[in-house]
Amino acid sequence: MSKSSTLWSDAIYRLTRNKAAMFGAFILFILILCAALAPWIAPYSYSFQNLELGASPPSAAHLLGTDVLGRDLLSRILYGARISLLVGFVATGVALVIGVSWGIVAGYAGGKIDSVMMRIVDILYGLPFIIFIILLMVIFGRNLWLLFGAIGAVEWLTMARIVRGQVIGLKNQEFVMAAKAMGVSNFSMFRKHLLPNILGPIAVYATLTIPQVMLLEGFLSFLGLGIQPPMSSWGTLIKDGVESMEEYSWLLIYPGITFTITLFALNFFGDGLRDALDPKTTDN
Amino acid sequence: MLSIFFKRLLLAIPVLLAVASLTFFLIKLAPGGPFDADKAVSPQVLKNLNEAYNLDASEWEQYVDYMSGVLQGDFGPSFRFPGRSVSEMIATGLPVTFELAFYAILIALLIGISSGVLAALKRNTFLDFIPMAIAMIGICVPTFLMGPLLVLIFGINLEILPVSGWGQLPGDKILPSITLGFAYAAYIARLSRGGMLEVLNQDFIRTARAKGLKERNVVIKHAMQGGLIPVVSFLGPAVAGLLAGSFVVETIFQIPGLGRFYVEAAFNRDYTMILGTTIFFSAMIVFFNLLSDLASMWLNPRSRDV
Repeated sequence: MSKSSTLWSDAIYRLTRNKAAMFGAFILFILILCAALAPWIAPYSYSFQNLELGASPPSAAHLLGTDVLGRDLLSRILYGARISLLVGFVATGVALVIGVSWGIVAGYAGGKIDSVMMRIVDILYGLPFIIFIILLMVIFGRNLWLLFGAIGAVEWLTMARIVRGQVIGLKNQEFVMAAKAMGVSNFSMFRKHLLPNILGPIAVYATLTIPQVMLLEGFLSFLGLGIQPPMSSWGTLIKDGVESMEEYSWLLIYPGITFTITLFALNFFGDGLRDALDPKTTDN
Repeated sequence: MLSIFFKRLLLAIPVLLAVASLTFFLIKLAPGGPFDADKAVSPQVLKNLNEAYNLDASEWEQYVDYMSGVLQGDFGPSFRFPGRSVSEMIATGLPVTFELAFYAILIALLIGISSGVLAALKRNTFLDFIPMAIAMIGICVPTFLMGPLLVLIFGINLEILPVSGWGQLPGDKILPSITLGFAYAAYIARLSRGGMLEVLNQDFIRTARAKGLKERNVVIKHAMQGGLIPVVSFLGPAVAGLLAGSFVVETIFQIPGLGRFYVEAAFNRDYTMILGTTIFFSAMIVFFNLLSDLASMWLNPRSRDV
């Protein structure tokens, strides 16, 4: 039997030929590896202080230098990667679950239910959510899980719109009607027939949501409303770096470079994935 | 047009009411009272304070009282700065934030549209690649990193621009405006490039060229009207982003604007200030979204009947 060319094998072929996307994927792979292995590869503990040393520029003992408390910057960046990437993936996961379920139900139900559900999305779209996240952090304390939930609860709106549009397109196709005629329950209709067919756009949007979520976390941590010490994310490292950048510029520059490269990698990979899965949007 | 405007405006009222009520009761959920200061206050003082700020009334009474105040533009007193009202603080901070946002959006529109349109016209040349690469940087470098880096380069190393303040030293408005505007310039450049590319391939552009119109007229009079619709629809939601950006920029550059007041209020748990500014921000954002929707409707006749 000859191998058929499916949507996914086609997409993977196109993706592997896209240099920017592969480069992004490579960087991401390394980063995730570093984050996962941080306790083993970090030269020092993230909280180990060497007050006598204080802030020192990059050297052989401390490749990226140390901060004002004598903590090794490389180790702190490696541990920070865990928090920053965790926020990125978990909050995107939350957004994914809410957005996909909302979109599938609205699109599949249609009629009044659909218009009410999408009206709600429209209204929520117009509200200053960043302020609500800050509000929640102020009222309920700066808790990591609350942060995940709050960011995820903000980012699901676009996902719901995308999924709804896709489901409406699928709803009237023969295989869905056939499944319905055979008495397939709503739940297995969603899971077995609709979901697999919209995985492409979901994957693309999820990849592009991760950098946005990480930016949001960085933003909150920068204002001091996100991750709290002694934990550190890249956002808090940048915040600390800003406070002492006049004398110790490396404390701002290295975390900044790491954060920016990660965002670049995620954006390149996401764009590549979009082009690979949906050749129509490629502007050639 | 006008009837759509009023319809949308009417719809905005219940939305804002819901936001205000939600915020009000959320704040009531917050642990601790506004006067749980570092120093313990005597019960009598606390009682007097609660009386003065109407906190001894039932929550429902407080709610009705607060809402009727808001409708008259009175957001109540600030809990942290005795003697100052929230409305007063909004009135002091708002012009500064507006000015900052205005310069930022001006920079973003000028740079974004010109480089985006140019990139679309000179597609796949260096005039396309270089601005788009810079735009990618603008999207990936967050404001809270861009600001400090600009300060480090132009303020501290080159010493050519002031590093903080607003309107006190000559040129101290330049860095904050660029910091806030840069990311938007990047988005607008990408949006206008995409919009222009779509329009430039359409028949009416070919017709205009076939008629022998000058290229400049084809671009400015015919292509840009349609090609820039995505930019106009982006501007409404961008106001929400500008607001968030102003929190960061005003904090970095120590600008006495509404954004910095808000962040400070969040730190100090100045609940009335948070409540007032949240309602005020929401109203502003709903209003700007409305304006930008109307503007894109006006530019795009096809969407008018919807």
